[in-house]
Amino acid sequence: MTPKPTLLKVLDYLSVIVLIIAAYLALVYAPTEQIMGDVQRVFYFHIGTAWVGLLGFVLSAILGIAYLVTKDMKWDIIEVAAIEISVVFFFITIVLGSVWARPAWNTWWTWDPRLTTAAITELVYVAYFMLRAGVEDPERRARFGAVYALFGGLSAPITFMAIRLFRSIHPVVIGAANQNQEKMNMSGDMRVAFFFALFAFTVIFIDLFWNRIRLGQLESKVEQLKLKVM
Amino acid sequence: MTNFLQATFAVFRKDITAELRSREIIFAMMVFSMLVIVIFNFALELDPATRKEVTSGVLWATFAFAGTLGLNRSMAVEKDRGCLDGLLLAPVDRSAIYFGKVLSNLAFMFIVEAFVLPLYSALYNVNLFNPGLLLVILLGSIGYTAVGTLLASMAVQARTRDVLLPILLFPIAIPVLLSAVKASTGFLNGVEMAEIWPSLNLLIVYDVIFTAVAFMVFDAVVEE
Amino acid sequence: MIEVKKLIKRFGMKSVLRGVDFRVERGEFVALLGPNGAGKTTFLRILSSLARPSLGEVKVAGYSLPNEAAQVRARLGVVSHMPLLYGDLTAQENLEFYARMYGITEYAIRITEVLDMVGLASRRNDLVRTFSRGMAQRLAIGRAVLHDPEVILFDEPYTGLDQDASSMLDEVLKSVAAQGRTVVMTSHDLARAEDLATRFDILTRGVIAASSSREALGSNNLLTFYKQALAA
Repeated sequence: MTPKPTLLKVLDYLSVIVLIIAAYLALVYAPTEQIMGDVQRVFYFHIGTAWVGLLGFVLSAILGIAYLVTKDMKWDIIEVAAIEISVVFFFITIVLGSVWARPAWNTWWTWDPRLTTAAITELVYVAYFMLRAGVEDPERRARFGAVYALFGGLSAPITFMAIRLFRSIHPVVIGAANQNQEKMNMSGDMRVAFFFALFAFTVIFIDLFWNRIRLGQLESKVEQLKLKVM
Repeated sequence: MTNFLQATFAVFRKDITAELRSREIIFAMMVFSMLVIVIFNFALELDPATRKEVTSGVLWATFAFAGTLGLNRSMAVEKDRGCLDGLLLAPVDRSAIYFGKVLSNLAFMFIVEAFVLPLYSALYNVNLFNPGLLLVILLGSIGYTAVGTLLASMAVQARTRDVLLPILLFPIAIPVLLSAVKASTGFLNGVEMAEIWPSLNLLIVYDVIFTAVAFMVFDAVVEE
Repeated sequence: MIEVKKLIKRFGMKSVLRGVDFRVERGEFVALLGPNGAGKTTFLRILSSLARPSLGEVKVAGYSLPNEAAQVRARLGVVSHMPLLYGDLTAQENLEFYARMYGITEYAIRITEVLDMVGLASRRNDLVRTFSRGMAQRLAIGRAVLHDPEVILFDEPYTGLDQDASSMLDEVLKSVAAQGRTVVMTSHDLARAEDLATRFDILTRGVIAASSSREALGSNNLLTFYKQALAA
């Protein structure tokens, strides 16, 4: 068995460090937002997790194509890794969004296009795992997974557009708050916290992604060894 | 090309012949859609005032639910008796089989829709014979069936097949359902075309993209 | 007619076939015998282009798989333990459907021919759903030979048949083989295989462990040969 690469070990530590720094910047360093108050601070992590979540989903659709073209199991392992991590990050995004919505819009949940798209996208990938769980043959599981990841990646942007069209007929309950958010003026210090959060979550994503791919490879190796013994 | 069309049509004709004889799928879909409408009636208190707003929502929810029923059954028939293997053994491009199944599933959808529309019109005294609405139903059903047929052919090969199709299909089909509801409401309320076009465009884009992708990946779904 | 070299098939990490070498000449009737789980069905599914080989060379009727699958399929008939027929269609309609799928023009005469051959001419307008297992299996054979294939694969055709149905199937199988076709049949019914085949191959643990023609078997019992092959 190959030992953990040094670079990956370094990345592990780096992830912890950048997470701490990002937390410090978001919670202490950045000034309090004037209208929304302290709760606006979840925004930095909210965007950070959303960004890497989306990154993973887009990646998985591409990896799905790569698998369908090459039929090489390694793409399947990477695809599952990307989706698994993104599902977790996206869940955090939705929860943080909710935490923010409570004081800002006075409700835990609003059917705002972004939130709704996020929730539906999350459901797509929950369905992805249910599909995989229902298929025993690993090779077929990989094919079905790749097809569904591709479908999910394609439908997400169309879903967003559809919801935006759909909502425009109703009075926008959260319009005022939304506009605030759109126009939210970030001071220089806020910008530092914002961009550092993006950077930090990208590092964390890469680190988790790498670890998860290694885990997937080890899993398939274990499977192989088991069959050899049998 | 003639072989392709011939095979597509053969699959379609086979499904229709079998269905006209057994009436299993269409009958189940019809009864189910009636039940859905009845449930909505009580759940939403469909009185004349609210009716106008929710009609298209109720219609599309009905089509979607009845649709999964039909899609699942129509693919299960192929899988259960091993007929899928029989189809795959034929010396034709496999996407011909996919398009054949899409056509027959689409036919089942249309038959059920042709049953639901007058029924709903009669029950709630609204006129649903609006050419615009029919166009939306055409476009929406195509997208829904194109994706549904592909996902159903995966679902029937899974261990959890009975529960899987709606879970796979609904989140992917949300754009179709939303834009169809939006466009239908527009047509029923006589909204200007300029406001309806975006939804119609979205439906067309969805239909084109997903039919094309399903066509390309169908081979990967059925081979071993 | 069939040429297989170093065929390997894996499902995930598990190898079902581990280097099968297999060759069948035109007109041979090969019985592929072996215990359950030896990979017989998987092997036939690969020969019939329903499954892809993981590694190795497969040639059927002069065309290689999986690249020339369409050509192979046009020259191949398959009978599996499932009838591959639609219960809500009549025998006639089932055959018409497959005739269209195979691009057979003028199929009316051919269908009558085939129905006569499998002894179902009188039941042609009955729903397949009402057929007994044996009748369905005979119609399945009719379906498989409809396009006059050069190679026919039978996967456990006797599964679930009673004595009468089995002997009727014997007759049909013999008439199918008699027309100069190349036949490969899997079975775990040694007596049936002994009756029909010209060659016996034993597939076990993912490889062909032994092979013997009817002549080479001589006075030896097939059962003895089979047991020796498994023990080796």
